[in-house]
Amino acid sequence: MTPENQPVVEVKDLIRKFGERRVIDDLTFQIHRGETLVIMGGSGCGKSTLLRHIVGVMKPNSGSVQIFGEEITVMNDREIAQVRRRFGMLFQSGALLASLTVGENVALPLLQHTDLTPAEIEEVVTRKLQMVGLTGFENLKPAEISGGMKKRVGLARALALDPELLFSDEPTSGLDPIMTAVVDRLTLELTRGSGMTAVVVTHDMTSAFRIATRMIMLNHGKIIAQGTPNEIRANPNPDVQQFINGEPDGPVPLSLSQSEHQHSAQVQPRPLVGARGRFHRKTP
Amino acid sequence: MPPILKNYLKLNLSLLYWVLVAPFRGEMFELAPVFRQMVAIGVRAAPMVALTACSVGVTLAMQAAHSLQQLGAEIYVPDLVMVTLLREMGPVLIAVIVIGRSGSAVAAELGTMKVSEEIEALEVMAINPISYLIVPRFLAMLVMLPALTILGDYIGVFGGWVVCRLALDFNTAGYVLRAVQSADTWDLYSGMIKSVVFAWIIITIACNAGLHVEGGAEGVGQATTSSVVQALLAMLVTNAILTSIFFFGA
Repeated sequence: MTPENQPVVEVKDLIRKFGERRVIDDLTFQIHRGETLVIMGGSGCGKSTLLRHIVGVMKPNSGSVQIFGEEITVMNDREIAQVRRRFGMLFQSGALLASLTVGENVALPLLQHTDLTPAEIEEVVTRKLQMVGLTGFENLKPAEISGGMKKRVGLARALALDPELLFSDEPTSGLDPIMTAVVDRLTLELTRGSGMTAVVVTHDMTSAFRIATRMIMLNHGKIIAQGTPNEIRANPNPDVQQFINGEPDGPVPLSLSQSEHQHSAQVQPRPLVGARGRFHRKTP
Repeated sequence: MPPILKNYLKLNLSLLYWVLVAPFRGEMFELAPVFRQMVAIGVRAAPMVALTACSVGVTLAMQAAHSLQQLGAEIYVPDLVMVTLLREMGPVLIAVIVIGRSGSAVAAELGTMKVSEEIEALEVMAINPISYLIVPRFLAMLVMLPALTILGDYIGVFGGWVVCRLALDFNTAGYVLRAVQSADTWDLYSGMIKSVVFAWIIITIACNAGLHVEGGAEGVGQATTSSVVQALLAMLVTNAILTSIFFFGA
């Protein structure tokens, strides 16, 4: 077990480049036991990529990621699998297996990693689905439920093994306000109540301030602000204020995405005066 | 080495590990999914295989009769149908059907799982995608393609019988007797060896294409097409090599 004072996740000098662009630019932070860390930032700022590096699906160009005190960037598949049994992850899309029913999806980690009897598994599955407000949906296929429901099934699946650490990639996007509150309350119960550590990527500010004990804000792969929710609210950085208050005008201009796109593609924009122009009719 | 070839070799190695080594290290693959895949890959392809084999048997008999009649040697039609089916037409044409039907389905299914993050989710749940997804398909194909080939051989010989019985002066006993006399066991075994090798080629190419899809629906389509083309070419070239080894070797 991890000693009490050791960070559950420790990211140090993490750098990841796609081509020349640094998607993750020298990030260093720690997550301690029982914390709920919210990672915020605009779309495309590297939040999901960061999460993928922490869970070991992507390898960084340089830097280190330690989970439960173990360096994940140098592990082989077998060692990574051992670490992964101790945490759960909710994917942005839910990432349910389309060929299995809702119930089978939640049961999957239990069937693969525990020796529970079928009756016990059934009971756990029912309980986890009840926690996310989906009682009675066991026998539907993922294609038959809505996007928000898929996300909640994904959360139930992530929680199936009662993990010590939960990663959530936008747990509340696509959920109605009531379900957002239900999922937030669930996160709070599990973290404050049962001592689980949570890392939540989101740009839903209401939800973020409700669940966070600490927040990190990313921009261009760098941390531009971090602290408790109150410290973030009081942060004088205009970028941060524009983001948490959701204002269209401010230091982050509308053209940002455009200039970034050209930068990433490493191409000069072709002039619009060509014979057919840059855009022409095309069907997929 | 081009990345696609590197991925392909890596897939083959990890398949061998998960089939041959892992079970002795306490990581046995599950059997139920193997049977489910045998139904999807093999049993559901049986009607198409039967139709193909029957047409081939009939065609072979007609062409053989046409040529042999000029020599007054119609008596050899069953020999030709039997030997050609067992050695070449059976394994090759049934592999073609299975590539088009089952190989493409596997590539498309795995590709869709890849683009919808399902495979990544399996990895993060500490479930190895090779062991969980690929091994059942691999074993199912390895069993079912030879099984379909045997089925196809029988039905092809039946197709030959239809021509001989109805259009030529054969009675049933005469046809069966000649057909059985003409072939020796090596004709059957060589066909079976071929179809095991083809099964390996088809399923590994399909899985490799599916697992490395990038770029959404368009990527899935491209991977499926290229898996069919690659598997067809690899299968036909391998067939030529195997025939030369089996029947013209030292």
